[in-house]
Amino acid sequence: MLDATTKEIKERASGGVINPAKTCQPIGAMYAALGIHGCLPHSHGSQGCCSFHRMHLTRHFRDPIMASTSSFTEGASVFGGGANLKTAIKTIFQVYNPDIIAVHTTCLTETIGDDIPNIIKTSEIPEGKMVIHTNTPSYVGSHVTGFSNMTKSMVNYFAEATTPLKKEQVNIIPGFVNPGDMREIKRLTRLMNAPYIMFPDTSGVVDSPMTGEFQMYPKGGTTQPELIDTGNSKLTIALGRFASSDAAEQLDKKCKVPAVTLKAPIGIKATDALLMTLRRAFVSDVPYELEEERGQLVDIMTDTHFHFHGKKVAIFGDPDIVTGITEFVMSLGMIPVHVLTGTPGGAVGSVVGSFEEDIKELVDQAGLKANIKAAGDLFTLHQWIKNEPVDLLIGNTYGKYIARAEDLPFVRVGFPVMDRSVHSYMPIVGYRGAMRLIEMISGALLDRQDRDAADEDFELVM
Amino acid sequence: MSQAQAIDGRQDFIITKGKQKAHLKCDADSIAGCVSQRACVYCGARVVLNPITDAIHLVHGPIGCSAYTWDIRGSLSSGEELFRNSFSTDLREQDVIFGGEKKLTAAIDQLAAKYHPKLIFVYSTCIVGVIGDDLEAVCRTAAKRHGIEVIPVQSSGFIGNKSAGYRAACDALFRLIEPENRELVGKDKSINYLGDFNLAGEAWIIRDYLRQMGVTVNVVLTGDATYADLKKATRASVNIIQCAGSMHYLAGRMEETYGIPYMQVSFLGLEDTSESLRRIAAVIGDSEVVARTEALIAREMSHTAPVIEGYRQKLAGKKAAVYVGGGFKAISLIKQFRELSIEVVMIGTQTGRQEEYDTINDLASDGTVILDDANPSELERFMTDQEADLLVGGVKERPLAYKLGKAFIDHNHDRKHPLSGYVGAINFAKEVYTTVCSPVWKYVRAGGEGHE
Repeated sequence: MLDATTKEIKERASGGVINPAKTCQPIGAMYAALGIHGCLPHSHGSQGCCSFHRMHLTRHFRDPIMASTSSFTEGASVFGGGANLKTAIKTIFQVYNPDIIAVHTTCLTETIGDDIPNIIKTSEIPEGKMVIHTNTPSYVGSHVTGFSNMTKSMVNYFAEATTPLKKEQVNIIPGFVNPGDMREIKRLTRLMNAPYIMFPDTSGVVDSPMTGEFQMYPKGGTTQPELIDTGNSKLTIALGRFASSDAAEQLDKKCKVPAVTLKAPIGIKATDALLMTLRRAFVSDVPYELEEERGQLVDIMTDTHFHFHGKKVAIFGDPDIVTGITEFVMSLGMIPVHVLTGTPGGAVGSVVGSFEEDIKELVDQAGLKANIKAAGDLFTLHQWIKNEPVDLLIGNTYGKYIARAEDLPFVRVGFPVMDRSVHSYMPIVGYRGAMRLIEMISGALLDRQDRDAADEDFELVM
Repeated sequence: MSQAQAIDGRQDFIITKGKQKAHLKCDADSIAGCVSQRACVYCGARVVLNPITDAIHLVHGPIGCSAYTWDIRGSLSSGEELFRNSFSTDLREQDVIFGGEKKLTAAIDQLAAKYHPKLIFVYSTCIVGVIGDDLEAVCRTAAKRHGIEVIPVQSSGFIGNKSAGYRAACDALFRLIEPENRELVGKDKSINYLGDFNLAGEAWIIRDYLRQMGVTVNVVLTGDATYADLKKATRASVNIIQCAGSMHYLAGRMEETYGIPYMQVSFLGLEDTSESLRRIAAVIGDSEVVARTEALIAREMSHTAPVIEGYRQKLAGKKAAVYVGGGFKAISLIKQFRELSIEVVMIGTQTGRQEEYDTINDLASDGTVILDDANPSELERFMTDQEADLLVGGVKERPLAYKLGKAFIDHNHDRKHPLSGYVGAINFAKEVYTTVCSPVWKYVRAGGEGHE
């Protein structure tokens, strides 16, 4: 299927994309909103947007994804979508009865210029219920931007500084990660004895247990009182610059909660950084349980390092995740040769973000060189791989085409993963997440070695 | 939400057979605020055209529309794989402000140079409809420049629902198939097979049956079709349609313009498959073909019927709920479930037409709930109230059914084996059996066998 991808790289002046490594903002906003308890995400736009996002999220999480739509028609796009949104808000509270509706826009409603705050103000909202919104123009940023925007809106709408002194608690913004990761980050924080509020928190929502009943609003999600109370915390830890730091900074601005942005806690170094930050803030000791886990991880790294050393890797996906994975594979002695995200922002020297600089710094420190690109696509990644082959590909489901075309071992990480199951329950963060990554990476490499081994080289013990 | 309320204004879209007048309201816009299972115009257009294997499908808009439709259909190709890539103009803020025509032109130029396609479809998305890019003009100029066909698909998401997208796709196809030589129209003694997208290779199965009958398939629209195949489309003397929702309109236009008659067929289930094959033979009107058709049916039935009977005995008395895209599939499914002694207790579609709902109403047993454009809470309520054991639906319905402890079958893009023809009937029965009789359901409820 990728036969037409040439080795020769020509400048593509059109700015068009072939085989994207990103998708649009609204789906990120929808996913973030699912992390509020009792919240129905609402897509203000055409029916297809909502349908596509639900389909995509359903394929990744294999759980029902509930969201409503303004169901735009030709009239709405000419006269504005105010009437549609008002009708929608009324219908939603009447029929689906959520506590909160979280509206996000689409390219259509951004372009026709619907004034969402004003429409919300003039809508019928039952006592005790809330409608929040965020702007998610699909032609800016990526799904990660949408996640970040909705998370920031949670701060705008809910956070309040109500106590004279800040509470001994920490806000944790986990970023666009799986519920399994969120659960692991919470476990680590609990073990560090730090009271916390995680937002958004999709655990218990998109990984809800089977009960034989359908819960429109499952048990999980950050509650409204918790979201309000984020303004009283003494610290916010934003995990991942792209998905989380905007909301953390906004919380600092609005409620004077100091913010720290850390890398997504993928691998030993980034997990250490998270735990050290918690230890400093809460003057707690790292419990033996975590020291043991860390020790086990180091033990595993030493047991297996010879499988990894000098292996070349191509990594793609969302910027915060890719940064974490890149750092971790380097700690195993692997060489990140190609590192790419579809999310824009982060060309070297730009002020918006700094994916390319972050990665460059990492590889520079190790005295390595890599192809690094933000706002790239998988066509480019494939061409890079053709020019400089790798031993392993790490990325989301869409990497499988390249893996097949180039016959590469492939580890599925990130969003979306639509052709394998259970991944959303299992963490890649923390020490245990790092162990899992090692299991996945070494499994892929050794399966390949077994497959390719001549009879006389086929080994029982590896 | 166990006590789902009916939405004001939705009552007319839901009826219970035997309890109300037969007329169900359908083919209307969804109510704003619904958790609708429906998609948009672009989605409808893309799923119809996507199986054309050697075309470039270029989506003019922000990245999402292209990302979500990247290789999702499961249409198989016997050769070209170009259609499985995802091409987008990836419109950004600057393009929205200053217009996207330049970017589109550059993207077409670049793709034409890189892939040398004979055909490029350019899909318009919501935003293109609003910023007013002149797709026609850009495509016309590009077509001339490259000496290929560049066909705009007018599929801005908000101009209607998925059905409007089917029409937009049919309009594009109608343009594409315009014959250079009118003399040849309707002259081949072959048929076109419309509305099969070759999911899991289904069109190949039907093509093979027809070959055994002595009937030549001219082109399938659009499963495994190529540019060259489509260019010959008007030579066939008859059109047969499987998926009516998407292709009825094109068949109508071909009859009107080229005098090619069409007939509705269905290859879902034993009864419909055999009947459809007989009707095709009758239309061909050749006694040899009729005889070969009877031989084929006898041959296929002799080994299929006992297998189906085996499954029937295991499944008799189970109840099914059906929620699919189009009406014709729904009709066939009622009959197909009867072959397995399974009663359909709830049935609905996203885009069924009035006459299809009339047929559904005639076929359904008393007490069956019939509904149009259902939302998840309605599906939940009726599956539960009607005590369905199984739901047939698409991607978004699957986890909903599972959460209710109901078995599920994907009769849409995510099907993993052919469901058409005799072999499809066996696959279907096997899949129903696999999911309905799986041991996992024993573990669903607390206190069930799993809690011993």
